[in-house]
Amino acid sequence: MSKSQTLSVEKNKLANQLRAFLPDESVLIEIEDQKPYESDGLTAYRKLPMLTVIPETEAQVQQILRTCHAAGVPVVARGSGTGLSGGALPLENGVLLSLAKFSRILHLDPLARTARVQPGVRNLAISEAAAPHHLYYAPDPSSQIICSIGGNVAENSGGVHCLKYGLTVNNILALRVVTIEGEILEIGATALDSAGYDLLALMTGSEGMLGVITEVTVKLLAKPERAQVLMAGFDDIEKAGAAVAAIISAGIIPAGLEMMDKLAIQAAEDFVHAGYPLEAAAILLCELDGTNEEVSEEIKRVHDILQSSGSTSLRTASDDAERLKLWAGRKAAFPAVGRLAPDYYCMDGTIPRKRLAEVLARIRDFSQHYGLRVANVFHAGDGNLHPLILYDANKPGEMARAEAFGAKILELSVEVGGTITGEHGVGVEKIDQMCVQFQPKELTLFHALKAAWDEQGLLNPGKAVPTLHRCAEYGAMHVHQGQVRFPGIPRF
Amino acid sequence: MVELILDQFTEAIRQAIARQRPVRIRGSGSKDFYGGAPQGEVLDTTAYRGIIDYAPEELVITARAGTSLVEIEAALAANGQMLPFEPPHFGPRATLGGCVAAGLSGPRRASLGAVRDFVLGVQIMDGNADQLRFGGQVMKNVAGYDVSRLMAGSLGTLGLILDVSLKVLPRPKAEATVQFECDEAQALQKMNRWAGEPLPISATCYHDQVLTLRLSGAETAVQAAQAKLGGQALAAGEDFWRGIREQSANFFRGNAPLWRLSVPSTAALDLPGKCLIEWSGALRWVFTEAEAGVIRAAAEQVHGQGTMFRGTAKPQSVFHPLPKPLMDVHRRMKRAFDPHGIFNLGRMYSDF
Repeated sequence: MSKSQTLSVEKNKLANQLRAFLPDESVLIEIEDQKPYESDGLTAYRKLPMLTVIPETEAQVQQILRTCHAAGVPVVARGSGTGLSGGALPLENGVLLSLAKFSRILHLDPLARTARVQPGVRNLAISEAAAPHHLYYAPDPSSQIICSIGGNVAENSGGVHCLKYGLTVNNILALRVVTIEGEILEIGATALDSAGYDLLALMTGSEGMLGVITEVTVKLLAKPERAQVLMAGFDDIEKAGAAVAAIISAGIIPAGLEMMDKLAIQAAEDFVHAGYPLEAAAILLCELDGTNEEVSEEIKRVHDILQSSGSTSLRTASDDAERLKLWAGRKAAFPAVGRLAPDYYCMDGTIPRKRLAEVLARIRDFSQHYGLRVANVFHAGDGNLHPLILYDANKPGEMARAEAFGAKILELSVEVGGTITGEHGVGVEKIDQMCVQFQPKELTLFHALKAAWDEQGLLNPGKAVPTLHRCAEYGAMHVHQGQVRFPGIPRF
Repeated sequence: MVELILDQFTEAIRQAIARQRPVRIRGSGSKDFYGGAPQGEVLDTTAYRGIIDYAPEELVITARAGTSLVEIEAALAANGQMLPFEPPHFGPRATLGGCVAAGLSGPRRASLGAVRDFVLGVQIMDGNADQLRFGGQVMKNVAGYDVSRLMAGSLGTLGLILDVSLKVLPRPKAEATVQFECDEAQALQKMNRWAGEPLPISATCYHDQVLTLRLSGAETAVQAAQAKLGGQALAAGEDFWRGIREQSANFFRGNAPLWRLSVPSTAALDLPGKCLIEWSGALRWVFTEAEAGVIRAAAEQVHGQGTMFRGTAKPQSVFHPLPKPLMDVHRRMKRAFDPHGIFNLGRMYSDF
């Protein structure tokens, strides 16, 4: 029998086993039915799974995992599929496990400020449900209108408010997880501390490699009384960087602190007319939130700091409409830059902020060397840099040059003491750069940890942690214009 | 010098492996009382000390495990910053390594977070005496499993912490402490309700009919909150919170075993003995002679857990027993880090 025949025999056998406890419509085997699952937000990578299952209950998830475990079939879990690093990319010899039907908010306790939700619940839906109680769920990844909380936990998603409010790991309390053997683990607690190792931290950002999440308990925070934003333009990006350091040194932790360089400013302004100063080399957007008194006091201080940091223009949003308009440009930066060239390649390194000027200068050098333009968008508060490399995949050699350029930027991030990924995850996209960031013995420990949860390596194999074998080649993510999976949702 | 100490650590671990003898990792010993009885030869971390890197404008400090918390807090205070989780020292020479390994946080925990929330990176020596680095000095980092945070509260059972990078925060510009007279049910209601409002509350404590709050933030914000909430101002606020954090307050003088119960913040808990509540209700300190089983059953009833924090006659398990599937994962993880089973045996659970 050929390989594909063997696969088809296996597929039918497994489908029959799964149909013994799942309704027929929850087991997809046809190509056209499975097409929507062939990729996540990283559309450069596509693969059809052997079959797709869409369970509705935790007991079904347990049975699916037990069945796959017994059969030695790999499983890839998937939420909304908005991830940018290919973490939910299916395997052709594996089962794609969609948690889309786990979409209920199970319990919201306004007094204890917690919500217990199923993993398929959308990030924004939690804040919407909490809104009548003047509470919200803090992490706000740009895809929050569609991304699921289960996926947020798997990727440890961030957003623009991380500096002050933390990442997913800082905002969840408990998980229910099904292991590959079908056991249920209750991790964390509705209380603040729980006995044993901090498995909640380990699970967060583990990219579906350790278990399948069936329930998440999140913390809800009081909505700030007021939020206000300032925008400052600079004729020199180094001055903008120094202004960021000055704000933080003054003891102020802004709710959001974002920087854009000239190319990004021009693209965004052209796209949404936010009122950005086109002549500026860089702009800073600084949002302050808190009690009314606190914001009044801090706005004044930040205004003074920006003024004395040599800003060439300075504006404070006078109302919410103006605040949202200033943010609109920043939030539209990715699609705006996407209009400048047929393709762009988005990087996600984090660097110590004090190295920003040096890093941007080296990126400029790389840009000249490779003959490709780059726009920089920066979560300046926490050092998370998104250089967007512009290229045209139809021009011979450009894609390879963009890849090489991107790899240089990631290596540079590691070299200055940072990381290859701040919030998009490793997935399949950055798996080769993991070899730059970690030594063989560290990767070996990652594999040992994985084996402690999943001895046969059946959960999302091939993602997040490279084999030592693999640590020789480099790969990269490319976004081809028009192929972005969710063109309608913001990306920043 | 530093290299020499690392060589000594490596040698001590290799010897322990060769002789199959456990190693007891120890800083100043300020938390010797905590957890299961320590076993094995002491591996003293205090010589491996010093702040490696501190950039106030980056909000990150990196220091070696043997550095004293006093030194770290002084360096931060000189730049108007602090360890946001307000760790208890329990001794004059308490070390950073011990602080992270114990994973204990102080009064600010409910508002800003725990030790684990601020750990950004670690370097450890694992059970093969290999030096491994995880995380880093940046705030957003999702490359690889989060081994750094896993170290917080692992009680040295997974490896020897060599250095740690922590996120730090500015000290609040102003603080005030206010008190209210009320009963326990009212206190729980107030603490939870206020935590859900945009108020700058940074610590809470209830004991003996008195609810105490600390307000932190911009001067005007603290004043406005004080005006809104009322209550009686307490001038010696700083001393009060130090007494709670370091357990030097009168409440903590007692001979009965001291239990630390971690429960949902709104839970009504019925146990004999005297009780002090922190963290908006999520932490309950109880002096009681009741049996461990009784205490844990009461905690479990409200979905909480109980640790015997201080006491001479320790129960079989100091920490809340784990369900079997979870315990199995713990054992396998311990083996991944410490395949020869030499680090801090019995400190967390009796069989690893």
